[in-house]
Amino acid sequence: MEISKIMKKKIEELISKGKRIDERDLKEYRNLEIRTKISAKAEGSAWVKLGDTEVIAGVKMDAIEPFRDSPDEGVLAVAAELSPLSSDRFESGPPGIQAIELARIIDRGIRNSEFIDMKKLCIKEKEKVWSVSLDIYPINDSGSLIDAAFIASVVALKEAFIPEYKDDEVQYGELSNKKLPLREMPINTTVYKIDNKFVLDPLTEEEDAANTRLSFTITYPSEVINAMQKTGQELTEEEILEMESIALKEGKKLHAKVLSLIK
Amino acid sequence: MKKEKEETEELEETEQEITEKDEKREVVVPGEVIATGKDFLPGEGTRKEGEEIIASKFGLLEKTDRLVKVIPLSGAYIPRAGNTVIGQIVDVSFNGWMIDVLAAHQAFLPVMECFGYINKKDLTEVYTFNDLIVTKVRAVKPRSVELTMKEKGLRKLEGGMLVKINPTRVPRIIGRAGSMVKTIKDETRCNIIVGQNGLVWIRSDENDVEKEITAKKAIELIVQKPFHEGLTEKVKEFLQEEIKKLNKQ
Repeated sequence: MEISKIMKKKIEELISKGKRIDERDLKEYRNLEIRTKISAKAEGSAWVKLGDTEVIAGVKMDAIEPFRDSPDEGVLAVAAELSPLSSDRFESGPPGIQAIELARIIDRGIRNSEFIDMKKLCIKEKEKVWSVSLDIYPINDSGSLIDAAFIASVVALKEAFIPEYKDDEVQYGELSNKKLPLREMPINTTVYKIDNKFVLDPLTEEEDAANTRLSFTITYPSEVINAMQKTGQELTEEEILEMESIALKEGKKLHAKVLSLIK
Repeated sequence: MKKEKEETEELEETEQEITEKDEKREVVVPGEVIATGKDFLPGEGTRKEGEEIIASKFGLLEKTDRLVKVIPLSGAYIPRAGNTVIGQIVDVSFNGWMIDVLAAHQAFLPVMECFGYINKKDLTEVYTFNDLIVTKVRAVKPRSVELTMKEKGLRKLEGGMLVKINPTRVPRIIGRAGSMVKTIKDETRCNIIVGQNGLVWIRSDENDVEKEITAKKAIELIVQKPFHEGLTEKVKEFLQEEIKKLNKQ
């Protein structure tokens, strides 16, 4: 069910006063929980709970022929499936626009931040490289799915081990002790604009009431920024810069929290 | 305003389904044999297999004379004729409105079932997309639900906020003869309408958002702890404390 007029008005009224329906601060994230190694068959997996939003991400690897334009680089493929079990708005069937968008934001975030060292995923130039498949499954959508899914994705990649590779074949079920070649961990902070105020970690109702959103994927500590906006209201330069400074500041806290939780 | 309040109160009193001895009931799970022999009749939430009556829902067991039924503790809203519900307009057609009442099927409200003069050329003048209305289920058919507005207290909702709860908790929110909802209303000075489909509408009489949020918190408290003894008293205490805090600010 889409947001009702009454609720939209109420949320805007509250946000303009600097309050929220669940009495959080405008820039406060909900309680974060992380569990790893939740899938026995996956090379790496993670379960993330942000408030009531739950997401599972899994990493599976395969040795394939590289693309011709990058013969010495590994391949990354991100896919998201929004199952009807997670929200009454999702339907089963081929991935819809929301699922494609979610997968793409995460794909771009990981790719552009150069989190994975693709060159080191080469087994033999022009013949065999590792392909990394990252699958995202929301278990429950209670808002802020992008941020939660991004945390699950990076944690799953961090926890993943490369499988054993012998006689030109991947030995599934046998993991080597080598982890994926990773660089600085990025984190995604999506800033929502509701009634001229900026809000982080919205609930589903708040997402509906938002004018637009801007997703920042930032690596720490070197602060490489990648940003993507959802269609909606246009933003002025000052607004974008303000959103960026919010994302930089709050993302740093989130980054530190994620690192402390997976230790 | 005052007249309106009286109307809504009347609505809820007719809706209450709760009986005494709630705390002593047994909890059953689907597949559990709850009675054997021909002395019992299968009621709601049960099915008969041979001589045995088996629970088909998770809930509280209730035996009245020969009838055995299960009052569910979880699950989606199943519409029933006579239920007062809160619905959202999702579509406007030439002869009525399609309304989402959180049931398996969308409900239909025909123009014929509305009061007063309606300009048939533009039905959005009456109710438009994403409006909320209090409405009553007139009839439930195999693939559709029919609604009516031709009754006292049924209207479009203006202002306030909406809380979504599990529909099986609705009798708890209302309480014995409407006692629980009356407590919340009196303490927070809010107008509250509880739909049987688990949607609760709250609007402060003083247009105070804080009080609406307090009422929302009280409702969430009831949903979380439905089996506490003396819950009405606890909710009263909770509300009085919260209101005190608000007044201090």
